Amino acid sequence: MTQRIKFYQTGTFTVGNRLLDAERRTVQATVDRSNSLTSGHRACQGCGEALGARYAVDAAMRAANGQVIAVNATGCLEVFSTPYPETSWQVPWFHSLFGNAPAVASGVAAAMRAKGRTDVRVIGQGGDGGTVDIGFGCLSGMFERNDDVLYLCYDNEAYMNTGVQRSGRTPPGARTATTPAVGNKPGAEFGQGKNPALIAMAHNIPYVATASIADLHDLEAKVTKAMAIEGSRYVHIHVPCPLGWGSLPRDTMRIARLAVESGLFPLFEAEHGEVTDVTPIRRKVPVDEYLKPQRRFAHLFRQPPDRESISAIQAIADRNIAKFGLLRQEGEV
Amino acid sequence: MLQQIEGSQAIAQAVALCRPEVICAYPITPQTHIVEGLSEIVREGRIGNCQFLNVESEFAALSVAIGASAAGARAYTATSSQGLLFMAEAVYNAAGLGLPIVMTIGNRAIGAPINIWNDHSDSMSMRDSGWVQLYAETNQEAADLHFQAFRLAEELSMPVMVCVDGFILTHAYEQVDVPSQAEVDAYLPPFEPVQVLDPADPVSIGAMVGPEAFFEVRYLAHHKQLQALEMIPRLAGAFARAFGRESGGLVVPYRTEGAKTVIVALGSVVGTIKDTIDEMRAEGTEIGAVKLATFRPFPLAELRAALIEAERVVVLEKALAAGLGGIAASNVRMALRGLSTPVYTVIAGLGGRVIPTTSLKRAFAEAHADRIDDPHFLDLDWKVIDKELARAKERRRSGPIAENILRGLGLVGQKLF
Repeated sequence: MTQRIKFYQTGTFTVGNRLLDAERRTVQATVDRSNSLTSGHRACQGCGEALGARYAVDAAMRAANGQVIAVNATGCLEVFSTPYPETSWQVPWFHSLFGNAPAVASGVAAAMRAKGRTDVRVIGQGGDGGTVDIGFGCLSGMFERNDDVLYLCYDNEAYMNTGVQRSGRTPPGARTATTPAVGNKPGAEFGQGKNPALIAMAHNIPYVATASIADLHDLEAKVTKAMAIEGSRYVHIHVPCPLGWGSLPRDTMRIARLAVESGLFPLFEAEHGEVTDVTPIRRKVPVDEYLKPQRRFAHLFRQPPDRESISAIQAIADRNIAKFGLLRQEGEV
Repeated sequence: MLQQIEGSQAIAQAVALCRPEVICAYPITPQTHIVEGLSEIVREGRIGNCQFLNVESEFAALSVAIGASAAGARAYTATSSQGLLFMAEAVYNAAGLGLPIVMTIGNRAIGAPINIWNDHSDSMSMRDSGWVQLYAETNQEAADLHFQAFRLAEELSMPVMVCVDGFILTHAYEQVDVPSQAEVDAYLPPFEPVQVLDPADPVSIGAMVGPEAFFEVRYLAHHKQLQALEMIPRLAGAFARAFGRESGGLVVPYRTEGAKTVIVALGSVVGTIKDTIDEMRAEGTEIGAVKLATFRPFPLAELRAALIEAERVVVLEKALAAGLGGIAASNVRMALRGLSTPVYTVIAGLGGRVIPTTSLKRAFAEAHADRIDDPHFLDLDWKVIDKELARAKERRRSGPIAENILRGLGLVGQKLF
């Protein structure tokens, strides 16, 4: 049995890469990385989605030996990467509509099957709005048919491209343009929203994972694993949005990490509907630490603070921790 | 080979002969028999490696076709009515992307009230989406138009709708000559896309275009339609030479020589109109007809030439532009602009209302004498209309119109026959 590398031995993730065997190092550390989403695009400073897409698609490219076709839903990723006549994509890339990326990807995959191009792999990608709201019917159809597509959802928890409106992934309490921080119950409603990774699992597809740009190694490993599997695969990637969340661009990674460490965004893998692995929390932090650097939650911390809402959010994190077993006992690996 | 066959099965066989690589479908009456037929043909392995996808909606059906076509595969789907409206966003998208998808429309009314029977409301709603629209008169033509549709679509890189009257054609059994694979292969070359998603040559397709170029892109879509206007007669001519029968084209005149009144119509009702014209001709009425085999692009010049001698034109159509009258009639008037020829609109057959020759003859005779109202609603039961209007006037909470009418009639469905 191979020993699992523990990055926290060094106290930081950034130097971890050098401790790994050459073949397990990040694709971004290699000279032959594909730069699928290359420089020059128009994403905002500190954009989590651009970072997530770059790592995810490059990992997919490495896994498929460069034989990848990408289908993109309408959204930030589409708009900032392809303002006509420019494109930042160095993979064959196709955008049709907001709500049909999974079906279009199914069509591309079907074409490849028809042509006997089994070497070519298809990825679909979109934001949370395009994936879990308007595109959810097509996504569910793709799942239930088990079409050979890896679908990547970059979740920044609202419709950022249209100016930060609430989506089905907007967390309770968060201020958006359509859940303003006014009235008795400021921000998004509690008790709403959906968990697409769990719904994906309910389709019994071969592979589902959640990932975060907080752990790019883990993200790459999950994409790589997904690419080795045939059928429908879903990776849901948490990507902070400085513009929509009201956070500093330099804090994108920190906030992504706090989402994981607080338990609000659990990292796990599932195969055929069963959870197979979870990433334990190294140092549990109270949700306040995650919420405070984001202006979308600023109303919770006015004087006097909205302890009721903060407690309700803490309860969500605690439920996640219990549900997925995110806190390991001493000595447990 | 001549077969006594259901229209939908003839279409399924014709589509299969076109060697599609990806077929995707979501069931809706009256399109179902077409895709059922194709699913069987694919399962039997009769179209090589063709992929048949059962999708979760019409929106997904056309989206799968869009993805497949962009990846260089010959893609086909079929739908009707609400299904066409549900995929509306993708209909425009396929045209904007210039993807040569062929889609059969089993023409059916649009609700509410929900109605599964034939009219042209569905395809007419998409007339300006950038797709070519061909209308079949018979099941032979319905089958034949698919060979021409794929060739036209792929030569111009634009999508084509083949519109086939629901039930009247899709569910009717008649003799259809289904050609051999060799004949079709000789007519329809393999698909060579103008641009394709290929890892060996990565391109980005579907980029955002701002005001600086969008207008020109849209104009070029119009230009492509004008190119189709030239190509459709050429492909129909090549089809006639290869298969020994006429199918398709732009406008097809029937007994228009010396005709003072000319009827213009689309689809299967042209057959009934021809019978009516034969009767009226036999009685000495100078009347003829012009079939609009292609509605988009609209053959303005060809139609004008076909109608130039007419003293009056009657456009009979199975669609209604609420608040205006006729859709096809408005287009026909544009073909006749500058002329003083009266163009009468006859709205008929909505929601499957039968169009008998007796009613046509009466309406045509009135038009021939310039006594017809415009628009004229063929066989509309004015007693029912007046009763419902009176009810609504009397009482604000007068209830649902369709249910009121049916209750008033005391019958359901019998009006059909």
